[in-house]
Amino acid sequence: MKKPLTSLSLLAALAAPASATDFDVEIINLTRGSWFTPFLVAAHADSARLFMSGEPASASLQSMAEGGDIAALQADVEALNATIAANPAGGLLAPGQRTMASLNTDDAPDNTQLSIVAMILPSNDGFMGLNAITIPTEPGRYVYNVNAYDSGTEGNDEVVGSGAPGEPGFPAPPPVLAASGSNGTGITASPEGFVHIHRNVLGDDDISGGASDIVNTVHRWLNPVVRVVLTVN
Amino acid sequence: MRFFFSSTIGRSFAIFAIALTAACSDSNNSTPEPEPVVTTPPDPEPVVNAAFEVSVVNLTLGQPLSPIAAVVHDGDFRAFTVGEAATDGLELLAEEGDNSGFLEEASGRAEASGEAPVGPGASDTLLIELDGDDVSSAAITVMTMLVNTNDAIAGVNSLDISALAVGDSVVMNSVAYDAGTEANTEQAGTIPGPADGGEGFNDARDDISDQVTMHGGVVTASDGLATSVLSEVHRFDNPVLRLRVTRTQ
Repeated sequence: MKKPLTSLSLLAALAAPASATDFDVEIINLTRGSWFTPFLVAAHADSARLFMSGEPASASLQSMAEGGDIAALQADVEALNATIAANPAGGLLAPGQRTMASLNTDDAPDNTQLSIVAMILPSNDGFMGLNAITIPTEPGRYVYNVNAYDSGTEGNDEVVGSGAPGEPGFPAPPPVLAASGSNGTGITASPEGFVHIHRNVLGDDDISGGASDIVNTVHRWLNPVVRVVLTVN
Repeated sequence: MRFFFSSTIGRSFAIFAIALTAACSDSNNSTPEPEPVVTTPPDPEPVVNAAFEVSVVNLTLGQPLSPIAAVVHDGDFRAFTVGEAATDGLELLAEEGDNSGFLEEASGRAEASGEAPVGPGASDTLLIELDGDDVSSAAITVMTMLVNTNDAIAGVNSLDISALAVGDSVVMNSVAYDAGTEANTEQAGTIPGPADGGEGFNDARDDISDQVTMHGGVVTASDGLATSVLSEVHRFDNPVLRLRVTRTQ
């Protein structure tokens, strides 16, 4: 029930510290040769996490990390009243490119944490993960460097294949396919079982064969892979 | 020196004027004149130029850094932007380690260049002195090449130093960036550093995309690139250098 504003409560409202209810998120792909599938940008309560290092990935995280499908993760966090921006880049975000999302948590003051995830291509189940940083309350510009994780759900065989959870290979939409090799025999690998910092792709120097369809001089990265610039208004 | 001479001349004039006044008062002895007050003109306020010390530590095992370029400029200059093409001056720095074109492009308020490459584990310190002490819009950019690569660079891109008080320091690490101007073939003849002694600058822009990004590291012959002139000791990880900027005056 809403009380009418008295002059005293109006003063109190004016004196209240600025809250981080309105902010812009710029996402920059820092990598030389990797694409990102659609980003899920979520402001959520401190009780929620999209993933935990050292723990097995959820099925929803697995769908994102192996195939770039954020629908299940989005449904998970929406059920927790998260404030989200889904797919701000409108598809793949190319190397060196950037995208922007704006969020407003006026109606959900408990959503004090920010998480962002998206799959790295080419990779079997690599993803960038900004994991529940506390959204600053002071207006200003804040910069976060974001590392690459491996969801641990799929062996890193590094060959063009499927984006469906549990199926081998990585999905290769047109720009990724054009930059990848082919006919790789596959690196022998099995699912690692837990989320961890990605050990990087291996790749090889044989574009039409070899073990890997990933190109070692193009697709390797060093952390961080993404820079997030948060502007609190 | 110029200040010393003009001050002496000023004082001589003052003494001459006092002598004249005394002579005049002698000619009129009916009224005692007050003793003239000898005053020395105040020294002008000394202008202390702001100065910054830049020290760079090479954190790698096998990547000498080309002579460090450091420039203090206003906050609008950027050495590069991720996703955009490198300037010609940055290309020259990134492919050959020659920072002359880059410093010219920056056309900052003051600049400094290291005299020699900075070896693995070594460090270098440069001093930059500004003309005047107004640092209200000052930023610093420091750039160098990892010379056993095709076109890797590192440093700091327009770091705001306007709030640094005398004696204050800011310390940061730098990751390696790729200028995007030369393909990372790692082949013999393409790398200017001691691992190869190959070609430096070539104006062809033949990388996968003509844009600055982060560097993915070198692959090397030890790790699956048969045609690489590099070996595993030339690999690096982030960060590749540590930088300290201290305001000294």
